Amino acid sequence: MPEISISKTASAGSVESSDCLVTVTPADSIEIDYSGANKKIFEKRTEAMTRAILAEYSVTAGRVHIQDQGAIEITLRARIETAVERALEARLP
Amino acid sequence: MKKHAGTENRPCRSMLYIPGDSPGMIQHSPAFGADSILLDLEDAIAPSEKDAARKMVSTFLDSFDFGSLIVTVRVNPADSEYFENDLKEIVPRTPDAVRLPKCNEISDVRAADCLIAEIENDNGIPVGTVKLHAMLETALGIENAFSIAKASPRVAALTIGGQDLTADMGVQKTLEGWELFYARSRVVMAARASGVSAFDTVWTDINDIEGLAKESKQIAELGFTGKAAIHPGQIETIHEAFRPSPKELARAQRVVREAEIALHSGKGVVSVAGRMVDAPVIARAEHLIALSRLYDYEEDGGGLA
Repeated sequence: MPEISISKTASAGSVESSDCLVTVTPADSIEIDYSGANKKIFEKRTEAMTRAILAEYSVTAGRVHIQDQGAIEITLRARIETAVERALEARLP
Repeated sequence: MKKHAGTENRPCRSMLYIPGDSPGMIQHSPAFGADSILLDLEDAIAPSEKDAARKMVSTFLDSFDFGSLIVTVRVNPADSEYFENDLKEIVPRTPDAVRLPKCNEISDVRAADCLIAEIENDNGIPVGTVKLHAMLETALGIENAFSIAKASPRVAALTIGGQDLTADMGVQKTLEGWELFYARSRVVMAARASGVSAFDTVWTDINDIEGLAKESKQIAELGFTGKAAIHPGQIETIHEAFRPSPKELARAQRVVREAEIALHSGKGVVSVAGRMVDAPVIARAEHLIALSRLYDYEEDGGGLA
C-alpha cells in the first residue's frame, strides 16, 4: 500500500443546511478538525468516519477540516471523498 | 445499491427534479409525495461541481433508503466529457433508470445501451436492470421518437424536453403550449406504439399553479403517463390532473368485474352494458384502478368494491 500525503488544498460542499464544507490541506500527520452545532455528539463519530475514509485512499498525512451544517453521514462521506479526490486529482491516473 | 421496493409497473405521475449536489433536498425526497425523483447531474450542476454531484448521488444510491420512490438519474449528454464517468459511477448502484439527454437518433440510444450493458456485466448485474429514459429535446429527436423508443428493450420511457425543443424550433414557449402540440402528440403516439411510458416537460413558473394545472390536465388527456416537476409545490397539482373521475373509476371496476366473470365462465367475449369489451379496454381499466389507489376515494363514495 503506498502512503499518500495530501500535498494540495482542496474543498467540497457548502454551508447550506444539511450540508457540510470539507477542506483538506497538507499536514505532517492526520489531523481532523470538526466544527458544528452538535460537536459534542458528533465529533467522535465523524472523526472515526473520516479516518476510515482516509485509509480507503491510503492517505497517511493531511489535515481535514469539517464545518458541519447538520449533514447526515451519507453527505459527510460524499463531501469528504470529493475533497480528498480533488486534492489527489493530480496523482490519480 | 438501491433497494427496489417493487417499483416496476407502478404509476409514475410526477417526477421531481432534484439537483444532484443538494443533499438536503435528496434526504427529504421521500417526504415530498412525488411518485419519482430525477437526481440531476446535468443542467442543475455547474461544470466545477460535476464531480461533487456525481459523488453525492452515488453515495445516496449506496446507502439511502428511498422507500417506494422510483429513482432516476439524469446524466450528462453523450457528447460531454462527463458522460462515461457518470455512467460508470451511477449504473453499478442500480437506480431504476438513467435519463439520457439529447437523444436525436437510434445510434444515441444504442451507444448508451452498449455502455450500460458493459458496466452491468462488469458488476455482475443482469443486463437490462437499469432502464433508460430517452429525452427528446430537438426537432430531430421528436421526428425519430418511435425508432428511439424501439432502439433497445432498455428504453422504458420517452420524455420531452420543452425548453431545448422550443429553442431548437426557434419559437417561444407560450402559456397555451400550441408550439409543443405536435411534438407532444408525436411522443405520446410513439410511446404508446412501442409500449413505453411518456413523460411531459416541466412547467417552469413555480408561482403559476393555475397554469400548471391547466397544462397538466391537457397533457394527461393527450395520453402522457406523467410529468416532470421542478418544485415540490408542483406535485399535488400534477397528481390531481391524473385523478380518474368517480364515473371513470366505476366504469373501470365494472369492466374488470365483468371480465373476471366472463373468464371464470369460459366466455371468450366480454360485454359490459351491452357493449363488447376487448383486451386493451380491460388493460386500461386495470391501469385506472391501480391509479385510483393512489388517491383517497373513500370520502366521495367512489371507493373500490
